[in-house]
Amino acid sequence: MTMATEKDINEQIAWAKINTDVLRSMENPRPAYWVTVAVCVAMISVAVFAEYIQYTEGMGYANLNNPHMWDLYIASFVFWIGMSHSGTLLSAILHLMHSDWRKPIYRFAEAMTTFSLLTAGLFPIIHLGRVWNMYWVLPYVSDRGHWPNFRSPLAWDAFAISTYLSASMLFLFIGMIPDLAICRDHGKGWRKKLYTVLALGWEGNDRQWRHFRKTYLLMACFLIPLAVSVHSIVSADFAMAIMPGWHVTSFPPYFVAGALYSGCAAIITLFVLLRYFFRFEDYMTLPIMEKTAKLTFAIAMVWTYLNLVEFASIWYGHNVYDKELLIAKATGAYAPIFWSMIFLGSVLPFTLAFRSLRRHMPTMFVVSILLNVGMFFERWMIVAPTLSLSQEPHQWDVMWGSVVEWGIVFGSFGWFGLLFLIFVKVFPSVSMYEVKEMVFHRQRSAGEEDLIRMTDHTQPATETAGGEESK
Amino acid sequence: MSLDNILNNWSDYRKGAEEGGHHDYEHRWTMAINLDVCIGCNACSVACYAENNLAVVGKERFEKGQAMHWMRIERYWDQAADMEHPEQGASFLPMLCQQCGAATCEPVCPVAATYHTPDGLNAQVYNRCIGSRYCSNNCPFRVRYFNFYSYYESAWPSPMEQQLNPDISVRDKGVMEKCTFCVQRIRTVKDRAKMEDRSVVDGEAMTACAQACPTSAIVFGDTMDESSAVSQLWKKHQVKRGTYQSTRGEKANPNLRGYRIFEELNVDPSIMYLERVREDV
Repeated sequence: MTMATEKDINEQIAWAKINTDVLRSMENPRPAYWVTVAVCVAMISVAVFAEYIQYTEGMGYANLNNPHMWDLYIASFVFWIGMSHSGTLLSAILHLMHSDWRKPIYRFAEAMTTFSLLTAGLFPIIHLGRVWNMYWVLPYVSDRGHWPNFRSPLAWDAFAISTYLSASMLFLFIGMIPDLAICRDHGKGWRKKLYTVLALGWEGNDRQWRHFRKTYLLMACFLIPLAVSVHSIVSADFAMAIMPGWHVTSFPPYFVAGALYSGCAAIITLFVLLRYFFRFEDYMTLPIMEKTAKLTFAIAMVWTYLNLVEFASIWYGHNVYDKELLIAKATGAYAPIFWSMIFLGSVLPFTLAFRSLRRHMPTMFVVSILLNVGMFFERWMIVAPTLSLSQEPHQWDVMWGSVVEWGIVFGSFGWFGLLFLIFVKVFPSVSMYEVKEMVFHRQRSAGEEDLIRMTDHTQPATETAGGEESK
Repeated sequence: MSLDNILNNWSDYRKGAEEGGHHDYEHRWTMAINLDVCIGCNACSVACYAENNLAVVGKERFEKGQAMHWMRIERYWDQAADMEHPEQGASFLPMLCQQCGAATCEPVCPVAATYHTPDGLNAQVYNRCIGSRYCSNNCPFRVRYFNFYSYYESAWPSPMEQQLNPDISVRDKGVMEKCTFCVQRIRTVKDRAKMEDRSVVDGEAMTACAQACPTSAIVFGDTMDESSAVSQLWKKHQVKRGTYQSTRGEKANPNLRGYRIFEELNVDPSIMYLERVREDV
C-alpha cells in the first residue's frame, strides 16, 4: 500500500459483500450493546429524576439565581444544536461538492444530526419556568388573538429548530429509502413489516431512481441554508441582547463555525466506534478518516480565527463592559474553563495535522472527545460569565450549577446515546447503495485510465486489477 | 377557537405584538431619587414587600441570589484614594425597575408577556409569562426577579396569608416579576379620578417606597403633568427623557446633580437619581 495512490475504498468489494456486512451490523446485538443501552437508560433516569424535582419544586434547584437566569441548559442547547451540523455538512454540502468520500460515513452523521436536534430541542423546554405552557411560543390560532412575540429571538428559535428538525429527518429518511428496500428484501418478521412500510414500494427502477436523485438534490439544497440559519438564529439569542460578551456582531459565523467544528469532532468519535464495533474497516477506511480529520482541522482554524476576531474587536473597541468581561474571563473565577476551552479548541487540533496521529484510531478517539469537551466549555463560557459580570456591579456573582442541573446535562448524553444505539440496530448505519455507487464509479474511472494506458502505444501496457472487472 | 373568527377578523390578527417605546402616553410615571438624603434604612424595601406580596425567601436562598426584593438598597464602599480623598463609608443606591422607555426586556420575551403601557410603565403579565427568563438576562439593571420556588406556603404560613394585599396576586413558581411602580395604586387613583370626572392630581398616586421613605428621598409623579413635583425636579436638573445625552459633559451647570443610570445604553430609564454631595470634592 503506497502512500501516494492509497484508495479511499477498495474498489474490488463485491456488492453482495456490502449488503452482507451492513445487514450483519444490524443484527444480533452483542452483550456489550445491551450494557451500553443499560448505561444510557440509567443516565436518562438521572435526568428524569432531576427534572421531576425541578418541575415540582421550581427552577431554584438548578442553582439558578438573579444574575444567572440561564446557565448550563442553554449552553447544552447550543452545544447539541452545534452537534447537529455535522450531518448536513457531510451529506448536503459535500454532496453538492461531489466529494464522494463522504458516502460510507454520511448516514450515521445524518442520524446524529436528527438525534442531537431531538436532544437540543429538550433544553429550551426543560429550562422554562412554566414548562406546561411551552406551546405559547408557537403561533397557534387563539380566540383571544394572542401571538408569540415575533421580535424575540426565542420565538425565532422555535421556528428555526422545528423547521431544521423536520427537514433533517426527512432528508435522513429520503436518503435511506433504497437501503430500506434492501433491508426489506432480506428481512424477516417485524423487520420485514417495518421496512415494507418504510421503503415506500421501492423497486429500484429507472423512474424511481430519477425522481429519487432529484428529490435528494433538492433536499440537500434546501438543508444547507437551513443549517446556516438555525445556528445564526441560536446565536441571535445572544447577539440580539444588550449584554457585554453577548452583543457581538461576529456571533453568527462564529456559532456556525463552532457548530461544524463540534459536529466534525463527533463524527470522528462515532467513526472510530462504528469502525471498531461493527468491523467496518472496509468502509470506514483510514484515508476517509484522514480526510475527515483534515476537514476538522480546517474548521478548527476558522473557529480559532473567529475567536481572535472577537477578542481583538473587544480589545480595540474600548467598550468598558466588554473589555472588563474579557479580562475577567481570562483571569477570574472562570479562567480554568476559559483557558481549557482555548487549549482544547485551538491548540489540540494541531494533533490532526500529523499524518501518523490521524491514522491512529485510539488517539483520534480521545482527541475528538476532548475537542467536544472544549466546545462544551466554549458554549458555557458564552452563557455564564456574561451573566456573572453584567453592567450592574451590585449583582456580580459567580455561580456553579447544582446536581440537578448537571444531572440533566449528563442525562442528555444518555438520551442521545440511546437514540443512536437504537438507530444502528434498526437502520443501516452505512449507506449501502451509495457505497456501491462509489465502488462502481471508482472502478470505472480506474478502468478508463487503464484503457487509455493500454491504447496509448507509447507506454507499455500494464496489468491492473481494476480494469478487467469494470463494466 | 374557531377558524371563522380568524377569517372574519383577519385584520385584528395581523397586528402582531405591541410596538415598543413610543405611544401617545396618557401618563408618564416617573421617579426622582435623591441619593444625598438616602440613609440606606431599607424602609422602602420593606414597604415594597408588604405592598406587593413579595415572598421572604429565607437566609439560604437569599445568599444564593434568589431573593425577591423588587426594591433593593445597593451598598457601595468608598475606597480611600489618598489623604485628600479619605474613605467616606458606604453609599446607598436604591435600585428598582427603571421602567425604561426603550426597555431591553420587552422585545426579547417570546410570548410578549412584558410590554409598554400607555402609562409609560413596563407591564409584566404574570399569566402570560412562561418563564424563559430572557427578559432578566437582557436587563442591564438586573431588577427582574424570578419565582424560583413556590412560596405561597413557606413565605406566608397561616394565618399570615391574611396580611396579603388583595389588590395584587401572589405569583407562583416559574413566573418573572418586578417593580410595577405600584400599578394597583395608580389604577385606584385613575379610577377614582375618572369617577369624579377630573384628572389625576400630583401626589395622589404614591408608590409604597416613596410613601415609606423617612427622608423623602423618593419623589414619584407624572411628568406629563408639567406642574408635578417630579417634573419640576427633572427640569431643574436638566435631565430629559428620550435619546442619549452625555449628562456629565453637556450640563450647563456642573452643580446639577441629576443623572440616569446607564444613560449610555440608551434604554431611556424613567428614574432620575440625584448624586450624593461629597464634602471634599
